[in-house]
Amino acid sequence: MENQAAKELLYKMADDALIIGHRNSEWTGIGPMLEEDISFSSMAQDKIGHSWALFKILNKLGENEPDIVAFTRNAEQFHNCQMVEFPIGEYNFSLVRHFFFDLAEYHRYEMLEDSSLGDLAQLARKIKGEIKYHVLHAKTWMKNLGNSTEEAVSRLQGSLNELYPMALGMFEPSPFEDQIVSDGIFGGESELMSKWRSSVMEIIDQTQLELNIDGDWNPLYGGRSGVHTEHLQPLLDEMSEVVRTDPAAEW
Amino acid sequence: MYGGGNVFEPMKVKELIDEDPVLLKEFEARIDRGEKIEPTDWMPELYRKQLIRMIEQHAHSEIIGALPEGTWITRAPGFKRKMALMAKVQDEVGHAQLLYSAAETLGKPREKMIDDLINGKSKYSNIFNYPAFTWADSCFISWLVDAGAIVNQLANAKGSYGPYVRALDRICKEESFHLKYGHDCVATLAAGSKQQREWMQDAINRWWAPMMMFFGPSDKISVHSEVLIKWKVKMASNDAMREQYLDMYVPKILELGFTIPDPNLRRNEEEGKWEITEPDWDEFKRVINGDGPCNKERLAVRRVAEERGRWVREAINRKSENYIVPLA
Repeated sequence: MENQAAKELLYKMADDALIIGHRNSEWTGIGPMLEEDISFSSMAQDKIGHSWALFKILNKLGENEPDIVAFTRNAEQFHNCQMVEFPIGEYNFSLVRHFFFDLAEYHRYEMLEDSSLGDLAQLARKIKGEIKYHVLHAKTWMKNLGNSTEEAVSRLQGSLNELYPMALGMFEPSPFEDQIVSDGIFGGESELMSKWRSSVMEIIDQTQLELNIDGDWNPLYGGRSGVHTEHLQPLLDEMSEVVRTDPAAEW
Repeated sequence: MYGGGNVFEPMKVKELIDEDPVLLKEFEARIDRGEKIEPTDWMPELYRKQLIRMIEQHAHSEIIGALPEGTWITRAPGFKRKMALMAKVQDEVGHAQLLYSAAETLGKPREKMIDDLINGKSKYSNIFNYPAFTWADSCFISWLVDAGAIVNQLANAKGSYGPYVRALDRICKEESFHLKYGHDCVATLAAGSKQQREWMQDAINRWWAPMMMFFGPSDKISVHSEVLIKWKVKMASNDAMREQYLDMYVPKILELGFTIPDPNLRRNEEEGKWEITEPDWDEFKRVINGDGPCNKERLAVRRVAEERGRWVREAINRKSENYIVPLA
């Protein structure tokens, strides 16, 4: 039972990282400036690496090989939140998504540093050091663009409003929530969300942007239990296009 | 690394009548002594123009080259390949950044260079006007196109302009890892199933002719100014680079069990030279002038990226912080 709770946590984290990493890698070659092209690409690599490491832990807990699990499941078998599967859109959309996502990642890994699941605690200490830079990047750009031209501020404001309910979907409660907390694996989604909200507002308050976090938002749930938008399956089809021609082959 | 400039459009050398003869003599003496020319040093106008053109074309080749390979990042088979290809293509974009910076030291701003790319005024390596249909095509690029670019750039790295040769030194170090990655991908397909070997052979068959054109027109038909060689702008002839490439990579391709789609390819031991079917230089000219399979698509992607990103660049551009381009 403990195993099942841990797996649920690991799957959603691994899938989040895989899908956001995949999406952000789509900026390679088409970023708004070379420096951002490189930044998104670099962070995307880290995310794919995090996902791989989490699938390796799942493999030790009895799940299939990382390449098989990541590259051969269908959309309904994925546990990522829906926010990460949306197309990259304009740069404002990708930036705000990165800001919401990485602030949550930072706190998640921070909370996991003393997880009772030893492998995860060890990994969290390593990954937190990398996410620190992703967060620094997101905050810097939110502050710069959020205090710049009218167009930039209005674009970011639009994306904040559009993405906030999607971001709340990151904290969709798990059926194992009580157990995972009492077993000391993870402090739980609601504690994570409250830390995240403070960090988000700390940055928003330094910009010309507005976000009413106490408003009547309708969180975009479903991803954690395999309910996805129409965007995920085409992404997975593309990701597995080569592997599917011969899943048993070395590539 | 996707290939240097200098092979695309030989410059028409005008008389150097307007240059100060004393300064010119001193400049040439420095180059003869193996000294590097730095951005604030005096240099002939022709030297500056040719270098801008060459470095700019090299930078364009890096960002355009990222497109055919970049499309395979989202399809790369398995974690290991996905991460490696992301890192590789990111390096290429990083090279563009380094090279644009090197070219800016000669007085042309990056935005202007990118405008000229999009307007078609400035060229990039011809090979990226061909499509990468399969995963095996991306493996060919990573190994065998990068290999060609290394031959070109190791030569250019011995040139006379300080900022360019320093950028190339760094680029070549990263490229050596790309070669290892590319070779590993190709070797894996070579050792794989019949289908995998066929894909790789098909990729070699598709890319061999463009690869032979990669180093530019044969010395017989390509006029290179002696002055550019004397000034260490042009460091090796097109044919010399092609020979070096064939020496190094033909045996490696054959060793993996693949064939090379040129019935006339053979090493003439007496003359110590390779014999190849003469590349179709009319096609080369046609493609470089805009009529290749992918020219329009490549430039359209770049144009859209520039347009969609304009608001970001405008938002962070502070007029008070415009930096000064050093000029001689």
